[in-house]
Amino acid sequence: MSEHFEPVIIGFTCNWCSYRAADLAGTARLKYAPNVRLVRLMCSGRLDPTFVMKALSDGADGVLITGCHPGECHYVEQNYKTLRRYLLLRRLLQGMGIAPERVKLVWASAAEGAKLANEINSFVEEVRALGPLGWPQKLAGNVKEVEVAA
Amino acid sequence: MSTNNGKPKVGVYVCHCGTNIAHTVDVEQVRDWAAQALGAEGVVIARDYKFMCSSPGQELIEKDIKELGLERVVVAACSPHLHEMTFRNASKRAGLNPYLTELASIREQVSWVHTDKGLATEKAKAVVAGAVERVVKNEPLDEIKVPIHPATLVVGGGITGIQAALEIANAGYKVYLVEREPSIGGHMAQFDKTFPTLDCAACILTPRMFETGMHPNIELLTWSEVTQVAGYVGNFTVTIKKKPRYLKEELCTGCRICVEKCPKKVIDHVYEAGIGYRKAIYTSSAQAVPKFPVIDTANCNFFQKGTCKVCEKSCPTNAIDYEQKEQFLKVDVGNIILATGYDLFDARRVSNYGYGRLANVFTSIEFERMCNAAGPTSGKIVLRDGQTTPKTVGIIHCVGSRDRNYNNYCSSICCMQSLKFAHLVKERTGATVYDFYIDMRTPMKSYDEFYQRVLEEGTLFVRGKVAQVSDAARNAQEEGKLIIQVEDTLVGKQRRIPVDMVILSTGMQPRHDAKEVGKLFGIGCSSDGWFTEKHAKLDPVATMTEGVLIAGTAAGPKDIPASVAQGSAAAARVLNLIMRHEVTLEPIKAIIKQWQCSGCRICNGLCPFNAISFRAERRVSEINPALCQGCGTCVAACPAGAISGSGFSNDQILAQIDGLLMDVNPVSA
Amino acid sequence: MSKPKFAMYWSGSCGGCEIAVINIHEKILDVDANFEVAFWPVAVDAKVKDVEALADGDILLTLWNGSIRNEENEHMAHLLRRKSKLLVAFGSCATEGCVPGLANLSPLSEIIDTAYTTLTTDNPNNIRPQHVTKVPEGEISIPVLKDRVYTLAQVVDVDYFMPGCPPESHQIAAVIDLVIQVLQGKAELPPKGAVIGAGSSTVCEDCPRKRNVKSIKAFHRIQEIAPLDPELCILEQGIPCNGPATRSGCNARCPRVGAQCIGCYGPAEGVVDYGARLLTAFASVIDANEPEEIERILDGIPDPAGQFYRFNLADSLFRAGAPAFKN
Repeated sequence: MSEHFEPVIIGFTCNWCSYRAADLAGTARLKYAPNVRLVRLMCSGRLDPTFVMKALSDGADGVLITGCHPGECHYVEQNYKTLRRYLLLRRLLQGMGIAPERVKLVWASAAEGAKLANEINSFVEEVRALGPLGWPQKLAGNVKEVEVAA
Repeated sequence: MSTNNGKPKVGVYVCHCGTNIAHTVDVEQVRDWAAQALGAEGVVIARDYKFMCSSPGQELIEKDIKELGLERVVVAACSPHLHEMTFRNASKRAGLNPYLTELASIREQVSWVHTDKGLATEKAKAVVAGAVERVVKNEPLDEIKVPIHPATLVVGGGITGIQAALEIANAGYKVYLVEREPSIGGHMAQFDKTFPTLDCAACILTPRMFETGMHPNIELLTWSEVTQVAGYVGNFTVTIKKKPRYLKEELCTGCRICVEKCPKKVIDHVYEAGIGYRKAIYTSSAQAVPKFPVIDTANCNFFQKGTCKVCEKSCPTNAIDYEQKEQFLKVDVGNIILATGYDLFDARRVSNYGYGRLANVFTSIEFERMCNAAGPTSGKIVLRDGQTTPKTVGIIHCVGSRDRNYNNYCSSICCMQSLKFAHLVKERTGATVYDFYIDMRTPMKSYDEFYQRVLEEGTLFVRGKVAQVSDAARNAQEEGKLIIQVEDTLVGKQRRIPVDMVILSTGMQPRHDAKEVGKLFGIGCSSDGWFTEKHAKLDPVATMTEGVLIAGTAAGPKDIPASVAQGSAAAARVLNLIMRHEVTLEPIKAIIKQWQCSGCRICNGLCPFNAISFRAERRVSEINPALCQGCGTCVAACPAGAISGSGFSNDQILAQIDGLLMDVNPVSA
Repeated sequence: MSKPKFAMYWSGSCGGCEIAVINIHEKILDVDANFEVAFWPVAVDAKVKDVEALADGDILLTLWNGSIRNEENEHMAHLLRRKSKLLVAFGSCATEGCVPGLANLSPLSEIIDTAYTTLTTDNPNNIRPQHVTKVPEGEISIPVLKDRVYTLAQVVDVDYFMPGCPPESHQIAAVIDLVIQVLQGKAELPPKGAVIGAGSSTVCEDCPRKRNVKSIKAFHRIQEIAPLDPELCILEQGIPCNGPATRSGCNARCPRVGAQCIGCYGPAEGVVDYGARLLTAFASVIDANEPEEIERILDGIPDPAGQFYRFNLADSLFRAGAPAFKN
């Protein structure tokens, strides 16, 4: 592992809550780690597990999934589908030897700019502690010793 | 027309936003990098400008679209929630489909939240790369226009629903008003006086009820429930179940002779809140609208024992029809207003207050009926024995509200309701009144003045949450009384106050079946169980389902003026749509590729808006684009990859991920 | 005029694909009538040097069956690619890695250890295969395993993909017919990169079972359900059937006889990751909203990686599990 590791994280946001929470964090000039790059979806229910796999296999060290709080989905109940997929995805990652902690689901309402900023900060540190995933380098055969999820 | 790689020509515009962005992001560096590093991705021009959203900024884009033949535009600036529309319109003016323009948020998501200029600039590049990769995959989209059926369904015949129905009907449009009880009027029809003006509730409500019942544009469907909702904004088909009244409405004159003659008396748990009686054939009150009675078959001698038929024999117009069956009506409407109201909190749940166990503990609605001159005690305030006038009365606020054991929220009306009760007790009995409150909330017009008035009348206010109401006397003074145990937080000591009567100011809670009703109409409930508005502040009567509006206490606790205002607001929203004749829908929709759909039906149960249907004859599923709200959950779920989502397609999102990770994945770039 | 040349090669796979080709019965005579079999180690006696001697592009059609497991496979892939006009990745191993691809969940050393030290292996001296071994006659070598299992297209350019474990014989016959018709100028080849010998939808399209709106309260293994409702969708009975995500083409062979689809035909048209499709479909129709209840239901899928990627791991977005990189 290199001396200084800055994780790269892809964050998926819901247009109605967490993306607006990110807007609010901005408007409030809250500061958080620059390691997360956000993708806007209309709903966390749009989150195809393919996107998470794509991000991780494409060089991201972690993926943050955000959506409306349970019971507050703008599309009534779609965030529960996100929850179900997330829980199964974690099991799959475990089976693939990838630390499931690299993917995190966080509920954040449009009013929770500060919560989102805090969650981003703590997730960046959690992923930093896990070290680089470096999947493209692994596939290219450049990395030999890797962390394997227990 | 296109650049090398066969990719469409992309223009990138990086905004300084004065210094808002430029202070933390090296805008020129992002511009130059976009022009060079993203050239292979299709970028043919990259510019920066002080304020992209200004007229000259927009003109810059329009000019490039026309002169350079740009086919895609990326504006790296603020949040799309602020200026997406601005730049889409700029593109549209220059002849480019508005959906071929993307906004990359480098202000809210970069410059305002990061401090290190180097890192912020690198992140800005990644965000721009993501937007460029995405926009290349964007497809031109056209807005969807659907016609609006001019009729409206109003569900719930309380004051909110009545108000909404009258507003629309008075504007000249048809309204179907559905109410599940035999009469309209709702909770307000049970009240005696209304705060803070103390007008008699019946005096102000009854004329509205009659107007509603007589209105040529309102079709009143009481004793009825909505069972099915199909369609979408402008074009709903609603199935309504009309429960049998067991009389022919076309023959009934509303003379109520049948009610008078009926030999069977039953406790009225609905209108009289359990403290009065009605007959087995009944109208909720003499002012009921419509005037037709209903037979309560569970208590009717004929239905239960097969004999009696007194109502049939006494009816002068032969209107009674024991054979009547429930009927199902289908109506077409363009909009739906849900004014389904609230349930009262069940005071039995707070067992330490003794309701249901201690005879002289009353709920607020029981007290309302008791005060009402047309009520069971003819307006006399008496103990449960029906005759003794109380000498001391305790009123307890926040029963079931502002309490983590029950409901966290404030029911908003209980303070004023309690003050009204205090006033009425004083006025009618001269009793000593204790009023136990946690906080006194009297924020609306003339409310606090009413509080001052009740203070001056001599009601004794104790600030503190009552711990217990009991009948266990500790001394002779408490003997035969109800003792209220409370911490008086203003004095800082425990007090035991003996009273003759306790009134529990019970709060509001969502209808017990709000969730199912929400599901039926394709709208959601908050974690508390109230219907969720599209925007709590700026769009309080709209929901996420176009064409379905909410008003009154169905969306949360409210007093009468606020409910009436919402009824009018929802009506205004409906009239707005009716008068436009058609509505434009966002083209962000899911579409099932029929040739790829295997008809597995995984997606069928996932849509809360009932937009997905299964075509059994062709064994494929289909999405109604007008019903689809564009969340994309089915797109993400389809195992065959047969559902695509316009505006947020897999290609767009996967490309965006590629762009966002361009710097860390040299392999795929 | 000489007949166009045909080749078929067997790399990292079980050989079932070869049997499937033979299984087209008398249609095999059409192959013989229309082609000269230039190279087909299972069926005819030709050597690699015979292939090397051919001009580039001299073979019209090569059906490649098998994954790329070792350096010899890779060498042959490059050779046959060069010599063939049309290279078809034939069968699940070649198109998506198939069961051999599951090796990508383990470190190579562990695979070798398992193969040479299990109870059924008689190897008292704990010998491991060596790339080069000196014997009195000189040096002999066996091919070195690659770091992981690759699909054919991950190693060389592929013209067409024909899924299935193995491809259904009627589909093979249809493809051979098509090629013959192309030769006779009566038909045109599909666009390069196309999946041939299969449908574009999924197995449910051909499945005769009744299907309803899905709502799953528990997942079971098929032996736990007895008897299986013979007419109802297998997934609706709680058995994780891969049919909804698996490309059609087999005529729903397994569900028809009461066995769940295990996914050998791979993903449907345009799908990026097969396992993701199954994962999201199964999870979406779970009838629970509380995490604990969802987890309890998910316990019914004890091996998600195996369930979702039995055939597709080598062609998935991840292509391997993390342990595969731990050599």
